[in-house]
Amino acid sequence: MKSLQELNAIRERMQNQSKDRKVADAQSIRIVVGMATCGIAAGARPVMNAFVEEVAKRNLQNVVVSQTGCIGMCKLEPIVEVFVPGQEKVTYCYMTPEKAVKVVVDHIVNNKPVTEYIVK
Amino acid sequence: MREISLNILDIAQNSITANATEIRIDVRVDTKSNRLKVSVADNGCGMSEEFLRRVTDPFTTTRTTRKVGLGIPLFKDSAESTGGSFEIKSKQGEGTTTTAVYVLDSIDRMPLGNLQDTIALLIMAKESIRYIFTYSVDGDEFVFDTDEVKNILGDVPLSSTEVIAFLKEYIENGIKNSNGGKQIL
Repeated sequence: MKSLQELNAIRERMQNQSKDRKVADAQSIRIVVGMATCGIAAGARPVMNAFVEEVAKRNLQNVVVSQTGCIGMCKLEPIVEVFVPGQEKVTYCYMTPEKAVKVVVDHIVNNKPVTEYIVK
Repeated sequence: MREISLNILDIAQNSITANATEIRIDVRVDTKSNRLKVSVADNGCGMSEEFLRRVTDPFTTTRTTRKVGLGIPLFKDSAESTGGSFEIKSKQGEGTTTTAVYVLDSIDRMPLGNLQDTIALLIMAKESIRYIFTYSVDGDEFVFDTDEVKNILGDVPLSSTEVIAFLKEYIENGIKNSNGGKQIL
């Protein structure tokens, strides 16, 4: 049985790291996942999880993953928007957890949007 | 929707939009009466009587961009299609409670699904809210309260990846162990 007291260890570890952790600001890259009824029904939850996990795995400090409501093209869900400061917004459609990993690697890390997933 | 947990995620998002500071999510299984009761209760802004009357209509929504709102109708239908029932109580300024009762062994009942992912996503959506999640099988309860977690964490944010990963495991574990290891799917 797991105990919440295990969080004490996590807290201590994180308090030591927190000195050099950056907070989200205008320079952050934002990944926004549509999480309204349409998005959820189409599978947005695992997509959101995949982004959070991949960003954490690669320790990308300048990336924020967040949720939003209905983006307005329900039949293209799950939809994900990527905002890189100084660049045009990129909207991906029919997302899956596998595609999410590729978006993080190609777009976020290597700054090459994955054109085949983009809404046309 | 393919899982009841996805309906819960969707309905609880309404509570967030209603500016709730506390959201209680209850999943209660009663094998004797063959029922599964799911409720989402918040202390948000609530609805007017007039709005409450038409809120289960798919053509009712608070959105201004479109005219359809399918979250509540889908939740309602998922319960009623098993022979169960559905109810929303709401009072302006006090909050809203949405309750769906499923017939547990109905072939049309969706699986509960991944409840820990739903709770984790809600915390990530707005971590200032106090979430109280109760999972109970025949009275054997597992309770998860984000206030307890915040007390331990102090100034470390609840939504940090490491914490979320732990909480998911913790909730999954609690659900699995709450019924003597016999999990209700």
